[in-house]
Amino acid sequence: MWKYSEEVYEHFMNPRNVGDVEEPDGVGEVGSMACGDALRLSFKLDEEDRITEAKFRTFGCGSAIASSSILTEMILGKTLEEAAQVTNEDIARELGGLPREKMHCSVMGREALEAAMIDHYKRLGRGVPCNLLTQGIMVCHCYSVTRDTVRNAIMQNKLKSVEDVTNFTKAGGGCGDCHHDLKHLLDECWEKMEQEGEEEPAGTPVPLEASFVDTSDKEQQGQQEIVRQITELFANDIGVALRNDGGDIELVRFRDNKVFVRLTGNCAACLASEATLKGYVEEQLREHVRADLEVIEVKT
Amino acid sequence: MQGGGFDLLAGLPATPEGGVYLDNNATTSVAPEVIEAMLPYLTEHYGNPSSMHRFGAAAGDGLAMARDQVAALLGAAAPGEVIFTAGGSESDNLAIVGTLRAYPDRKHIVTTAVEHPAVIGLCRDLEARHGYEVDYIAVDGEGHLDLDQLREAIRDDTAIVSIMMANNETGVLFDSEAICQIVKERGTVFHVDAVQGAGKLPLDMNRSCIDMVSISGHKLHAPKGVGALYVRKGTKLRPLIVGGHQERGRRAGTENVASCVALGAACQLAAQHLDDENTRVRALRDRLEEKILASVPDSVRNGDRQQRLPNTTNISFQYIEGEGILLLLDRAGIAASSGSACTSGSLEPSHVLKAMGIPFTSAHGSIRFSLSHYNNEAEIDYVAAVLPRIVARLREITPFSEKRATF
Repeated sequence: MWKYSEEVYEHFMNPRNVGDVEEPDGVGEVGSMACGDALRLSFKLDEEDRITEAKFRTFGCGSAIASSSILTEMILGKTLEEAAQVTNEDIARELGGLPREKMHCSVMGREALEAAMIDHYKRLGRGVPCNLLTQGIMVCHCYSVTRDTVRNAIMQNKLKSVEDVTNFTKAGGGCGDCHHDLKHLLDECWEKMEQEGEEEPAGTPVPLEASFVDTSDKEQQGQQEIVRQITELFANDIGVALRNDGGDIELVRFRDNKVFVRLTGNCAACLASEATLKGYVEEQLREHVRADLEVIEVKT
Repeated sequence: MQGGGFDLLAGLPATPEGGVYLDNNATTSVAPEVIEAMLPYLTEHYGNPSSMHRFGAAAGDGLAMARDQVAALLGAAAPGEVIFTAGGSESDNLAIVGTLRAYPDRKHIVTTAVEHPAVIGLCRDLEARHGYEVDYIAVDGEGHLDLDQLREAIRDDTAIVSIMMANNETGVLFDSEAICQIVKERGTVFHVDAVQGAGKLPLDMNRSCIDMVSISGHKLHAPKGVGALYVRKGTKLRPLIVGGHQERGRRAGTENVASCVALGAACQLAAQHLDDENTRVRALRDRLEEKILASVPDSVRNGDRQQRLPNTTNISFQYIEGEGILLLLDRAGIAASSGSACTSGSLEPSHVLKAMGIPFTSAHGSIRFSLSHYNNEAEIDYVAAVLPRIVARLREITPFSEKRATF
């Protein structure tokens, strides 16, 4: 069972502002029944462009209903410009946090807000002030997620893997065709964040697998296969074991049979990390990938 | 509850004490008789059944008794056809992987699109990482198997056909005996995952041609962590767990004696309750289903009405999502489960409903109620009274309706 906060339960049991605003100034509809969640947000403005009324209707799980409910409370009394500052993170924070797999519920709230603002300006026959929006081109067609939604989610939440992106935005959760694009977006965002001197989080992003490999073209394919296997073990078996203890591991570089890794979370500060690396990770890699692999820890 | 909130229980009969547990296909309570039977094997009879002293002998006696009881429920010819395991998933893995190892030249498996993850997940893994080919036989909208497709799928190099007896999500039954005839015509090994069927439907291996049957303790009122695999005498099977003589070398490791005794006691109890399951429990299930379908607009049963486990009903509530229903049911003290994507942590709703061609619009709002011997009419009537309010509540919130089914 999901561990929902008291706030999520409170908003799920007693949702605020359910319904449709009469004679609305903007209506946003996102998601669909096929997606498993959908939200219609409508609002009314006063003469000073302040939101005087906001209502929602949601099809979805407990956290989707709670996210929508709290969003209506958060934007009430705000000008459109102020409301545009509300991020999915803000929604999740106001709810006392959401399970990671449920972060897409807060993203849906943010998207509905944007859709409603676009609708508002359309009604006025005006262009949308570009600072209000993060609209863009579709990347995941299964779940209708735009590139900009993915970019924002990566940058704001420091997402590192395609799996994270799926948890936050649903992108990549369907046919998987866009996984390659999502990886590109991850790379692009991380490059940008590093250039901008963003504080580097505990773990650096995992760039394209090929870039781990420092070898001639001939060997490249075999090496890439090893990198693929290591990445998979880190994502699944080994990663799960470490994540159970509140830590994680990532591949930094692979060269000459040496596997350079970085431990994160609890593992990074753990005095027994050497034992974890040599006794567990190295053994697993030798058993499942190749017998001559050596694991070396890279401290940040 | 705060002012202005949704008073779920106003005007309803009181919640039955201890809540209403209708999630018995997920797991069951341990029967008091079962606990009583197993306790001495945790206290005084703690010996290792392989040991040459009275402590070992007492444990060994308990194990032998349990094996007899399991064999009796299955209608096995001999208790030696029963291998104790750590549960249904291990039994399924042992049956399939053990057979593949026994027939190393055969690289093909036949199963169905609606198996439990213990089988379907294993088959996908064998396909993706171990070079096996797998055919997944389709089902129709009622959940029935396409037997012609099955007949055509079996090849000369098919190592095993693994097809469940009863579906855990919908309760829909496959005719294991008819399927067995088809499989045995081709001389292939046939395994049946009877984890949901055992204890709810009669089994008689003595009159069957099925080679292997998986059962699980915690689905029939024994504890979690114990199960069994029936292996017909003469069936080739290689062990998964090696390094000990236990279970005639087919499953190494000191037996979980107390849990095996519990499984034996639970099998005996299940045999005694089989009539009740198929009369009283079935009537309770039908009562619940009829009341819900009659009182809740836009609700649909998933799966065939007749060919079904007596304890299971799977109902879709259109335009709303399953997790919300479960959370509100839980607030009312009622336990059930859902095939919705949100409850599983994946983005896809139930693979079973998908295979049946149930549209997304229905699959996301599907709820499974699975009853047991321990449910009564008052509980059923309570659930039937609460549910329409929950559905109505969520329909006040959803943007979808008959007029507009999706954006």
